[in-house]
Amino acid sequence: MPKSIPFLLVFALALYSATVRAQSPSSSSDLAPGSAQLLNPDELLKLLQSNAGEKPLLLNVGPSLLYMQAHIPGAEYIGAASDKQGLDKLRARVKSLPHDKLIVLYCGCCPWSHCPNVRPAYNQLNAMGFNHVKVLYIANNFGTDWVDKGYPTIKGQ
Amino acid sequence: MPTRRIVLIIVAIAIAVAVYEGAQHRSAKGTHPGAVDSPAAAFNLQDLDGKPLSLSDYRGKVVLLNFWATWCTPCRGEIPQFIDYQNKYGPQGLQLVGISMDDDAKPVHDFYQQFKMNYPVAIGSAGLAESYGGVLGLPVTFLIGRDGRIAAKYVGAVELPVLQQKIESLLSSAR
Repeated sequence: MPKSIPFLLVFALALYSATVRAQSPSSSSDLAPGSAQLLNPDELLKLLQSNAGEKPLLLNVGPSLLYMQAHIPGAEYIGAASDKQGLDKLRARVKSLPHDKLIVLYCGCCPWSHCPNVRPAYNQLNAMGFNHVKVLYIANNFGTDWVDKGYPTIKGQ
Repeated sequence: MPTRRIVLIIVAIAIAVAVYEGAQHRSAKGTHPGAVDSPAAAFNLQDLDGKPLSLSDYRGKVVLLNFWATWCTPCRGEIPQFIDYQNKYGPQGLQLVGISMDDDAKPVHDFYQQFKMNYPVAIGSAGLAESYGGVLGLPVTFLIGRDGRIAAKYVGAVELPVLQQKIESLLSSAR
């Protein structure tokens, strides 16, 4: 057996692995702070206030009692994505949209690592093939990281 | 004389800073709903058993008012300690009250029984939360003194030794 065969096999395996990784949707582990799927509050604010570029579809996937007190103008209320009802509503809302639509998800119910809603929502959209999904990174909660900074909010459903 | 002028300028700056800081301090305390030193907002709710639950029922007591939810991991972590506080400090005049921000009451009932909660819990509303300055993230915990004023507010998971010290301090204050 030529000596180059094992080397070629390893090379082919590595190439295949890299290709599969590049094609598969990002997993929720990518939502670690600092990852490319996240938008910081100031970045989202600039995006919403900019006259240029595509406007995102902004979806709140958190609990309703928090949303009713204050939410980002233009956001649509979906419901808590930690339960089936919320995920069903999310699926229904986006099913007719093109998969390259810019969608921004947010919650802010509790500290980032404990939020039960953003990861299921993000995973759902990835599973449906959406490839332009961002998640608003709220480190502590919506009050501290958005409202207290003086960023715009409205209340009500 | 240049030195005298410099001293005068420094004194003027110091006075301006002190006045500004004083104004900031006053605006942060006691002027907004839910702010420390402001009167705790009255509420009239029903607990999970349908019994009336009003803040006025606990006049003269120290009240720990905890906004929480069953889906909130940090909130769930605090509950066993709050149960202990009710047992330990209840005879001295502490009363815990839980306000659930769940959208649905069913998981709250289940959680209440599973964790054998020993203090009243009611389902909250956006209006109640706003009367406490807004609850835009959980947990949020208020300590209300015997005088009915908010003595402390903790946003996020509370540091239990700090909370316990504050509870003991409030309980030891005059009735």
